Amino acid sequence: MHQTFTVTDIRTENYRTKTFIFDKPLPGAQPGQYVMAWLPDVGEKPFSIAGADPLALMVVAVGPFSGALHRLNVGDRVWVRGPLGRGFALRGRHHLLVGGGYGVAPLLFLARTGLAAGHSVDVCIGARTAEDVLLAGAFEKEAVSDQRSALSPFIVVRVTTDDGSMGEKGLVTQAVEAAIAAHRPDCVYACGPVPMLTALARLCQEHGLPHQFSWEAHLRCGLGICGSCELDAQTRQAANLPAGWLVCKDGPVHGVEG
Amino acid sequence: MKPDLTCEFLSLRLRNPMVLASGILGTSADLLERVARAGAGAVTAKSCGPTPRAGHPNPVAVDWEHGLINAIGLTNPGAEEEARMLAEARARLAPLGVPLIASIFAGTVKEFGDVARIIAAARPHCIEVNISCPNVADEFGTPFAASCESAAAVTEAVKRNVGDIPISVKLAPNVPSIGRIAAAAVEAGADAITAVNTMPGMLIDAEAGRPVLSNRMGGVSGPALKPIALRCVYEIARAVRVPIIGTGGITTGRDAAEMLMAGATAVGVGSAVWTRGVKAVGDIAAELAAFMAQEGYRTLAAMRGLAL
Ligand SMILES: Cc1cc2nc3c(=O)[nH]c(=O)nc-3n(C[C@H](O)[C@H](O)[C@H](O)COP(=O)(O)OP(=O)(O)OC[C@H]3O[C@@H](n4cnc5c(N)ncnc54)[C@H](O)[C@@H]3O)c2cc1C
Ligand SMILES: Cc1cc2nc3c(=O)[nH]c(=O)nc-3n(C[C@H](O)[C@H](O)[C@H](O)COP(=O)(O)O)c2cc1C
Repeated sequence: MHQTFTVTDIRTENYRTKTFIFDKPLPGAQPGQYVMAWLPDVGEKPFSIAGADPLALMVVAVGPFSGALHRLNVGDRVWVRGPLGRGFALRGRHHLLVGGGYGVAPLLFLARTGLAAGHSVDVCIGARTAEDVLLAGAFEKEAVSDQRSALSPFIVVRVTTDDGSMGEKGLVTQAVEAAIAAHRPDCVYACGPVPMLTALARLCQEHGLPHQFSWEAHLRCGLGICGSCELDAQTRQAANLPAGWLVCKDGPVHGVEG
Repeated sequence: MKPDLTCEFLSLRLRNPMVLASGILGTSADLLERVARAGAGAVTAKSCGPTPRAGHPNPVAVDWEHGLINAIGLTNPGAEEEARMLAEARARLAPLGVPLIASIFAGTVKEFGDVARIIAAARPHCIEVNISCPNVADEFGTPFAASCESAAAVTEAVKRNVGDIPISVKLAPNVPSIGRIAAAAVEAGADAITAVNTMPGMLIDAEAGRPVLSNRMGGVSGPALKPIALRCVYEIARAVRVPIIGTGGITTGRDAAEMLMAGATAVGVGSAVWTRGVKAVGDIAAELAAFMAQEGYRTLAAMRGLAL
């Protein structure tokens, strides 16, 4: 059932991205889980939980529904079902987080959870150009000053852009290779476009690294019953996902054991 | 003594009486196989019609205090594509010994016959005839399940087009006398009855002052539907002699026992997949076995129709 949340703050992240902060926590929410956000007479779509206490959602304006969210002001309400689906589960003590485009949405929440537990976190962010890079500053702010001490939690952020306008020029997988070479992670966590995830899956397999990736599909019921969110066979095979795997309920994160 | 869950349904022998209901996970061969592997006695595919349909925009399904409400809008790839999917599903289910039930709907009696012919070519073990979907009334008029005449007309048209494949006609709970509709369908050639489909309903969000589903109205399923479904199956069992797939609000093995006692031959499970996951159908079968052992029932026949 939907619960109403009132917008208390809106942060502009880039030219088409806003983070909405709401008036209360979403109990039980884990990084990687999502909510279904409903705007009456507009529609209902899934959004990653960008923060749980209070609830935060990061929205990229790309179409009718995300555009309608962007028109909300402080004091307006959003109707929310969730938390839904299966999120990330931290494994080990050194984590490599990889975000492509708006796929970074759930990763700051995940980074904070790891850092709070005293773990270390590397972050790789890939985007088309400098203006599409999201949350790089926010991740850097989480960094603890002494980055050389393996005993204190720390964070290293690497950015790649297609045109080299920020960070290194190239694909995010290059930054991932560099991060692995510098400090081999216990597990790789990623969210982003399918081509990035399938490339990253190959890379992790080559390095023998456990990985947890968040997948996207057209979600409808969000309850694990309507069958709309099965991935196409090609993606499923490229990423070694089981047949009949449902993004909305078995996922969106795959690779979590137990 | 271990209870025997084997269920004779039509000429089929199910390893247990639990059947995946139409519209829940039955959209692909992969998903049908997954539910079969998780312990279902038989599986039903999502209803398909003559042509592809995208369905309604979100919200299409939400949970509420006593179950679910949905207006998916009969999303389906059309009969031709569905037949290819069913043929693959049938081949994959064969080694598991789990029969496949297809499901069809259409907007006219003639179209029902056409869809039935296309689907029959995929050789499912049974074809369910969905004359009771509450969510597409605007386009298709009153559901065929609302009158004896239209229920009989559809049944005849389908029966003429499916050769030796048995058909089960799926009825709506919101009719004045479901026993009479069942009798009309059986007289017109129905080999079995599936009862029931969802109950038409509506949710309004008080803060929004708006209906929650984009289609405004939808079908109520899950626990809220159980007493309604038990009453319907009971009335049908008193009116006809054909096997019944009793469906509506079945969440536990004890619920399944009650449905058998109302006169059902097999028991459908839909919304419980939301609360209990894909393994719900198989888990309910295991619970039914435990209940039978506890109460001293050795076979399903010993329980069937007890409450009549
Ligand atoms: C599990 C899950 C989590 C999600 N989390 C978020 C989130 O945290 N933040 C978020 O903004 N969106 C997220 N999305 C996407 C979101 O649900 C909507 O699809 C998105 O807001 C577009 O909806 P729309 O109606 O505005 O535009 P649509 O008309 O549906 O889409 C317009 C076009 O943009 C493309 N598109 C969709 N999303 C994006 C995007 N973010 N960037 C670039 N192109 C896109 C579509 O493929 C389409 O071609 C998530 C989706 C899933 C399945
Ligand atoms: C999301 C959803 C989709 C459904 N789609 C169909 C369908 O396509 N065809 C059909 O005959 N019944 C459909 N039904 C009805 C179910 O098959 C079943 O009759 C009903 O939900 C009652 O059983 P339950 O309480 O166990 O869910 C659907 C039900 C749900 C919840």
